Amino acid sequence: MKSSFVIVSFFVLGIIMGLYQLLPQFLVETDFSIYALYILMLLVGVGIGSDKKAWEILKNAKLKIILVPLTVIVGTFIGVAIISIFLEDINLRESLAIGAGFGYYSLSSIFISQISGETLGVIALISNISREIITLLFTPLFAKYFGKIAPIASGGATSMDTTLPIITTFLGKEYAIISVFSGIVLTILVPFLVTFILKF
Amino acid sequence: MITVLTLMTIGIVLGFAIQNKSKIVKSIDPMINIAIYVLLFLLGISVGVNETIISNLDTLGAQALLLTFGGVMGSVVLAFFTYKFFFKTKK
Repeated sequence: MKSSFVIVSFFVLGIIMGLYQLLPQFLVETDFSIYALYILMLLVGVGIGSDKKAWEILKNAKLKIILVPLTVIVGTFIGVAIISIFLEDINLRESLAIGAGFGYYSLSSIFISQISGETLGVIALISNISREIITLLFTPLFAKYFGKIAPIASGGATSMDTTLPIITTFLGKEYAIISVFSGIVLTILVPFLVTFILKF
Repeated sequence: MITVLTLMTIGIVLGFAIQNKSKIVKSIDPMINIAIYVLLFLLGISVGVNETIISNLDTLGAQALLLTFGGVMGSVVLAFFTYKFFFKTKK
């Protein structure tokens, strides 16, 4: 949660500096973000590749555990598709791309702004941050009424890190592995799915 | 965007290769955080200079929350069935 707060602070600081024109002109005119994104994605890759525990979990996972991230993907897409019917400004493709962030707001919002512009990027940011917050708040409720996979499904990509503590608290340790597994799979898929949905 | 995805894939292979070099592995997460801070700061700037976004922030936010609601409810309801049919231990 602490790091989420720092990330949002940097975003808000950027807005304020942009809003009041507190910036050297070159920073506004030149788009450095694509280069920063190159570096970020290389690092994210290295982070996933070098994570021994993650590989261990992926290797020893039972086959049916794959149903959990699959549930998140299909469920999210059905849900946002229904909502997109009622939204005038956001079409089905854009809604699916935002849903495909699965709570991984930093990466998905950056990707979506690069491909479809800042407006959609901001919607993706707000939407995916709220997915994390909703999971933190409603995990007990989801677990009670929708069973033990529900909080993991709600957490999406965050179920491997930021929402893992609350999930483990309410579901028990035996669901921690499932939670981490689902989070890892979704985290890896986010950049691919978002790009695929918006570009093809 | 293909470049970005290729870089990530190269990163995964690279990371796999350096798994046992714990000093480098430990420094990855802080570096990721810095890159994310820079990118969201830059995204913030482009949002801040964009008057259309700023003046429509409430509508954008409302649409974002609706999409979150849909996404969460969709996955939670489907998770109910996944749990019931595949994970629930029979007593």
